[in-house]
Formats: sequence, C-alpha cells, structure tokens
Amino acid sequence: MRAIHRKLLRDLWTLRGQALAVAAVIACGVAISVMSLSTLKSLSETRDAYYGRFAFAHLFSSVKRAPQQVANALREIDGVAQVQTRIVRDVTMIVEGLAEPAVARLVSIPDRGQPTLNQIYLRQGRMPEPGHGLEVLVGESFAAEHRFRPGDSVQAILNGRLRTLTIVGIALSPEYVLQIRAGEMLPDTRRFGIFWVPTTAMEAAFDMQEAFNDVSVSLMYGASEAEVLRRMDLTLAAWGNAGAYGRDEQVSARYLDDEIKQLRGTGLIVPIVFLAVAAFLLNIVLSRLISTQREQIAALKAFGYANPEVGLHYGQMIGLIALAGIVPGSAIGAWMGHGLTALYTTFYRFPLFHFSMDVPSTLTASLVSLAAASAGSLSAVFSAVRLPPAEAMRPEPPPKYRPTIIERLGIQSWFSQTARMILRQLQRRPWKAALSSLGIGLATAVMVVGSFGSDALDYLIDFQFRMAQRDDVMVTFYEPTPSTVINELQKLPGVLQVEAFRSLPVRLSFGPRHRRLALMGLPDHRELFRLFDAETRQIDLPDSGILMSEKLAELLDVTIGDRVTADVLEGRRPTEDLIVTGLIRDFSGTNAYVRRPVIDAIMGEQSMVSGAWLNVDASEQQQLYATLKTMPRVAGVTVKMASIQTFLDTIAENQLRMRLFNIAFACVIACGVVYNTARIALAERSRELATLRVLGFTTAEVSSILLGELALLTAVAIPAGLAIGHLLAWLTCLTLQTEMYRIPFVISPFTDGFSATVILLATLASGLLVRRRIDQLDMVEVLKNRE
Amino acid sequence: MRNFAGAVQLEELEDTPESSLRVVFETREVTRTYRMGEVDVLALRGTSIRLYEGEFVVLIGPSGSGKSTLLNILGALDVPSSGDVLFRGQSLTSMSDSQRTRFRREHVGFVFQFYNLIPSLTAEENVALVTEICDDPMQPSEALDLVGLKHRRHHFPSQMSGGEQQRVAIARAIAKRPGVLLCDEPTGALDVKTGVLVLEVIERVNRELGTTTAVITHNAAISAMADRVLSMSDGRLADEHRNSHKLAPHQIEW
Repeated sequence: MRAIHRKLLRDLWTLRGQALAVAAVIACGVAISVMSLSTLKSLSETRDAYYGRFAFAHLFSSVKRAPQQVANALREIDGVAQVQTRIVRDVTMIVEGLAEPAVARLVSIPDRGQPTLNQIYLRQGRMPEPGHGLEVLVGESFAAEHRFRPGDSVQAILNGRLRTLTIVGIALSPEYVLQIRAGEMLPDTRRFGIFWVPTTAMEAAFDMQEAFNDVSVSLMYGASEAEVLRRMDLTLAAWGNAGAYGRDEQVSARYLDDEIKQLRGTGLIVPIVFLAVAAFLLNIVLSRLISTQREQIAALKAFGYANPEVGLHYGQMIGLIALAGIVPGSAIGAWMGHGLTALYTTFYRFPLFHFSMDVPSTLTASLVSLAAASAGSLSAVFSAVRLPPAEAMRPEPPPKYRPTIIERLGIQSWFSQTARMILRQLQRRPWKAALSSLGIGLATAVMVVGSFGSDALDYLIDFQFRMAQRDDVMVTFYEPTPSTVINELQKLPGVLQVEAFRSLPVRLSFGPRHRRLALMGLPDHRELFRLFDAETRQIDLPDSGILMSEKLAELLDVTIGDRVTADVLEGRRPTEDLIVTGLIRDFSGTNAYVRRPVIDAIMGEQSMVSGAWLNVDASEQQQLYATLKTMPRVAGVTVKMASIQTFLDTIAENQLRMRLFNIAFACVIACGVVYNTARIALAERSRELATLRVLGFTTAEVSSILLGELALLTAVAIPAGLAIGHLLAWLTCLTLQTEMYRIPFVISPFTDGFSATVILLATLASGLLVRRRIDQLDMVEVLKNRE
Repeated sequence: MRNFAGAVQLEELEDTPESSLRVVFETREVTRTYRMGEVDVLALRGTSIRLYEGEFVVLIGPSGSGKSTLLNILGALDVPSSGDVLFRGQSLTSMSDSQRTRFRREHVGFVFQFYNLIPSLTAEENVALVTEICDDPMQPSEALDLVGLKHRRHHFPSQMSGGEQQRVAIARAIAKRPGVLLCDEPTGALDVKTGVLVLEVIERVNRELGTTTAVITHNAAISAMADRVLSMSDGRLADEHRNSHKLAPHQIEW
C-alpha cells in the first residue's frame, strides 16, 4: 500500500465519528431508494409476467344479458384478438363464524380447462367439475382470511335459493390481484371473496343458458384501445352495456398501477432529501479537514505532488465515505424491500412474488449518492487543490469578525459576553449556520412527512365514515327496486333509520373528456350520507343540477356553472345535460350526486332505489344480519365499522413500522447534522475554548458557548423544519393522489410536537456527546500545538 | 562589507571566484507582493542572487526580511510578482503550474521549521510518500539511516522529539536525491543540542551528496558553517560574504 493511501485510511479513522454520521445519512437515502425501486421493479415485473402468462384481458364490459352470438360480433371488431364471455354475479354469502353477510363474486369458467382470458392459477386443490353439486374455486385472499381449505364449504343465495358452494381449490387470477369491489374505498378481504364456478352451473343457477353478462377482450398488438372501446360500446349497446373500459379503470389493475407510481415517487423524491443533507455534511466535514491539513497539503505539494493527485486523495476519501453509506444502505434497502414485499403479498396476490434486488437501480442510487457526495465536497477539494503551497505554509489569517447587529444597534450590554461570542460566530459564517439549521430542519421535516400519514388516515376515516357516511350498514339490491322497499327495511329488526339511494351507471362527458361512474341519486332529507364542500361546510343538493368530486371536476376540466352530459348506461339509455352547481370534498373515487327525483325524471321512473343506508341498534345487529342474509333482492351488505376495522388491522402494523423507520431516519439526519456541526465548531475553536478554560472559565461556561450556538441553530431549525415538513407533506399529498385515493393534507399538533421533541432529543444527545469532549479538552496540549 | 543594490550587484558577481562554478539558481530583480488578510505586504523588493553547484549557502535576516519568500520562490512553491528566476538556465517563472510541480518533484528537497510531517504516517511512510513519486530515489530506510533514525522508522511523528521529527523531514527531503535542498529555519523550533544534530545532518548531506543547500535562519551563529552568507533586510539582499573558514556544526555556539 502506498504511503498516501495509508494517510487516507488513518485520516478516515481519525474522522470515524463524523464519517460514520455522514455515511449513515447516505445509507438512509440509498436504503429508501433501493427499497422502493427494487420493490417497484419486482412488483412491475411480476405483474407484467403474470398479466402476460395468464392472459389478462385489455378491455372489459358488463351487460345485462347478451346471447352468445354477440361474442362473434365482438370478434369481428378490428384489433380484437380474443374474446372471453362470462357470467359474473355478486351474491350474498353466509360464512361460518361471520355474523354479517358477506359478498361472493361468482365468476364463470369453462367446464373443462382454462378460460382464454383472465386465466386461473391453481394454488391448491383441483379445478371444479360440473355435475358434482356446486364445486368452486375460492380466491386466495378470502381463503387465507377464513383459513379455507379444499373440502370446506360456504353458503350463498343464488337466485333466491340458498346453495352450498364446495371449495375444491384455492386460486388466483390476474383480474383480482387486489380483491376489492369497484366503488369501495378499502379492500375488505373478510367480507368480499371471489369464487370461480363452472359455466354450466352458473347458467343453471342464474337462468343464463347461452347468454353472458360480462365480457373481456384482448387487443392485437398496435390496436387502438379507444377505437375498440367505441366499437364494443356500439355492439353491446342493445344488451344493457354498462360501458366498456380498459385496464386503467379495472379496479385491481388500477390499484397496482397507482402503487407502482407511488413507489417510483418515494424511490426518487425522498432520497433527495437525504442526499442533500449528506452533501452538506460532507462539505462541512471536508472543508474543516482540509483547513486543518493546510500544511500537510502544502508539504505534499512542496514535494511534487500534483494538483490532480491531491484532489484524488481527498476524492478517494469522499468515495470511501460514500461507499460506507452505499454498501450497508443497499443491504438495509434490500431488507426493507423484503419486508415491503411481504406486506404487499398480503394485499396483492400473485402466484409467485419474491423481492429481487434491482441491480441497475441500486447502481444508479449508488452513483447518485456518489455524485451528491462529490458535489457536496467539490468546493472543499477544489480549495485544497487551488491552495498555493507557499500560502498554505503560512497559518491561516485570523478569521474576520465584525461587530454584529446588536453592537450596531448599541444594545450589546443586553447580552452576555457568551451570547455575543455566539452571535458573532454565527454572523461570521451565516451560510454555514443557515445550512446547519436547514439540515436540522430537514430532519424535522422528515419526521413530519413520515408521521403525518396516520393523521391523514385518522382524518380520512373520521371524515369519510363519521362526518360524511354516517350509516352503520349499507344494503344494495340486485336491481332498481321501488322505493316502497324503504318501508320493508324500516320494519327489519334493529333498524332505526333508512335512507335509500339510486345508483345509475353513466358516462359523464364534457368536451372531449369523459368518465364512467355511478351517478348517485340521494334523498332530499339526509342524515346518513352528507356532502361537504372544500371548506368542509355541509352542502345541499341542487334542485336539478349536479354536484361532483373536486377530483372529477379536475379530470373533466369543468367548473361550477358548466353543463356536463350524462349518457345513461342502463335501461333505455337516455342522455341528459346537467349543470354543475357545486364541488364536493371527498377522498376516494370520482363521485357525482343529484337528487333522487332527478334520476327518476331522467329514467322516466316512479321513485326507484338501488340500495339504502341503515342506522342500526347495535343490540339487534345479529338478528338484522341474519334476516338480510336471507333477503333475495339484497345483493350486498357492507358493515361500515367492520370494514374499517379489517383495514386498520392490516395496515396498523405497517404504519407503526414505517413510523419507526422514519423516526430512525430523522434521528440519523438530526444527529448527523448536530454532531458534525458541533465537532467542527469544537475543532475550529478548541484553542479559543482552551484559552477560556485557562482564563478560569468552567467547562459548563465553555460548553455553553459551543452548545448555545447549537441550541440557537436548533431553535431556528425546528419551526422552519415544521414549515418545510408541512410543505413536503402537502407535496406528498399532491403527488400521491390518484383517481382512486386522495390523502387529505392534515397534520395534527401531536405530530408537530412529536417531531419537534424527537429532533430536540436527538440534538441534545449529539450535543452531550460533544460536551464530553469539551470536558476532556487538554488546555496545555491545545495551546502548545500550532493550529 | 559591501552594500549591493539592483543590477550593479549582478555585474559585481561576474567577477567573483564562483563564476567558474555552474550556476544552479539565479534570481533577477524578483519582487513579491502578498495580500495578508486585508493588507498588502511587499515581501521582496527586487532581489537578485545566484546559487552555485554544491555550495552551502545560509540566508540570514530578521523576521519579515523576505528570506522565506525567496526560498519559496526558488523552490517553485511561489511565483514572483515580477522579475525572473532561472534554474540551470531555465526560467521558473514561465513554467506552468504542472511544470513547477514536476520541477519540485524532480529537483527540490524542502525542510520546514515545523517539520510538516504527515501526522498520520510513520517516519518511514513519510519518506515513502516522496520516494513513491520520483525516479531513482533512495530506499526510505537508507534515507533514515543517513539521518541516524533507522531504528525509529516505525514511529509516528507524535512519538518523536522535535529534533527527530526534523531529521525525518530531512530524510524525506533528500530521499529523492534532489539537486537542491532548501531549509527554512530547520532549527528554529529546536534547542541548541538538537539543532546542532540537525545541522550536522544537513552539512553531511551537502558534503557527501554534493547537494546545493540553502538554509534560512535568523540565527547569525549558524552562518559560520556556510560557504557563503547572504543577508536579507526589508525584502532586499543587504549583504553577502564568503567564509574563508567553515566551522563544523558542533563548533558553533549560540
């Protein structure tokens, strides 16, 4: 090993505390980047392979009932590769151990062999055979939730008859990677399951011989999706088509896409904060190192070391520090990626989903870290290189101090000598002070951004399920039903309040933009389902106009007063223009609301309803569920609290884990910044501080000069950091918002307080570490050595 | 004593006995201005000197007389604000930064008042730092042997006395077999006994290796061991004299 390399290693060893602090910050950035980008790659590659291998369809549509021949007409459409017709029905299901009714989605599959599209992966058991009673396959997430094994059975009401479905296998399909019902905000694996049933059994159960009510289509390479969709709608129009849509509106595919988009955001944006801090830290550490090594640099140059060699020497030091961050960072990232993947497998069901480290993105993250580290240290290294050797031989000129603003204002007597020393020091290096403050501030911001998720979730649940949707149970019917059903519901055990709604599939369009959605017709008097505007004020439905989600208005590019066109996708398919009279605040999906009589008028109906919200007496809940399970017209029952609970149970652990990670990351930044700032301040001023000790100052007094400076920086940093945190959280809400899901920008005072406290403690801990060094300051040694 | 000034001095030098020897260094009307913090300092005000092959020259003068500046300019650590510096007939002032680096690497050995050893490297490694970047150097151990410190080669600077550190610095300077050895106050931080030891090493290098040696000191006694003594004052060469009889370092008293 060359002597200069030995110098490098020994210098690093001397700097180990500071170098480690910087490496830890780099490691955090790399870890998050590797975790997100590798999981992203694993997820998107697994998804693509799954979609390809199991022939996931490109386009989807449901109809009321169409004869099989219609499929041939679809095959004729230019660009269509394959067509798979099916019978799909949601039915009420009775599961042992579950008081409330559950919803089973029955999907027909060919009696023998695989469907052409949306093929099935059999995890366990065998394919069902027709003629052996009702043999079915069950979706994996529902099976896992209820611990179903082949041979178990559930009961379901098929066309008014209670039937036993015998589970013969557990299956997965690319169509239901995430098992969530369209229109629901949260997946409820406990109360919603997918079942695959042989076609003949489905035809018999629902009187659908030689007919279908659902069709999937795959496209030829290069076909125009929009054109095929248009032709599909035309072909299916006569059969009660609810509008064809692509993968972008297919719920499971959509969720996966959004997840991938969010991972990409996390993988690219969050590490920037860490790398910026690392760059700053390296800058201060290296600037200091180089200024203490002025004379060594001069000596190297005097003996003929050329500028590039001196530059390379310090460059290698940066490289090693970065490497010390990159290697463990990648390992931690891989470990976290494994965890995230494991978590995903409980939500997203794939035949095979393993975490695999994405080498290119790991390399990219490493290179970016290295670049950030170099960028941070460039000026320091450059000044080392540029230093003329003769000048470097001479000690640095004394630092320039000037009277601070307090002297200029003539109020210096208000401040102690110590306070004045602190202020002058800060004023002499305002940029460094500002950057140190910013570093601590960023740590605070990381805490806020990392923790506000649970505030947002709390608010979302509170808003959505306590303020807006105040029902206990939602009942949906198979078909629009006369509103007299309200009286029937009213008489059910435990029902305190009933409000019925009409849900109408429509295509809302404004200019070239359009969206398919269920237009909700709400009763005039509403207690159980309230709407709020952007300022969270309750908003009333207009006599004849339409209210819509802010998100929907944004997607359609409409504002209040615009006239949108609603093409009804049901019955005689009328078209109606509606004036937008208000925008409402909501956090999931894209929704539009009118008064129920408006829908009656459009459809020419006499007060029809599609479902109802119920308020229920908790003591009679069980009886109500038992009755609902047997009501033939009831297609689904959603018990609000139960779904929230299931969701929270699943994510609570994850939330806690992510929060711990974020606290760890924020502490790494805060400690890194404070420790380095303090160490350098100590190194730069050890002579001054030792002199003070010689003059009779106590260690406490001397410490207060140094730590007072840090305290001042932290005092400025925390409020600034909270502000940055709020800004970053707002940006996060903005970037993570999707059509499916919007995160409310809510930060509780607790989160602010908690973030500030953690940073304060981290600062204090780092300060105490340095304080120990002040106690150990050797007065004689420090004064003897030439600085 | 003669007081030379400017160009007159050069002409006078032509007639001195040294003119038969090869000129190693020649400075012509060299000036150097610094900016120190917020003030301009005129360190050299037009200095012209010559150094000859193999001679031992002592530069004396009070603090701020420009000795170190002159030495730094000779060693191409610094460039003059005006005037010219020739090394074996080649101008140093017209050299680029990298050429000056090359020049230092090949020809110059430096010894500093505060040793300027790399604290993180052992004695031998400090020497190796230099031998690794030049052609045909001595072995680091050989150089340390020359200064009598072979047995201390694995010690770090912090484990050695000032005199030992300075001898390591000398070993580091001569290990490359430089054409010139430039020493800036080599005994400035040392006590008499140790200082003598260090001077003996420098004298030995000059004698045995024939290395042209320039030593800066503000200690007039040391000038007794020089072939020639140049006195500097206020940025100019104030006086020059030749010792008819050189003293050995141990004969010097201060």
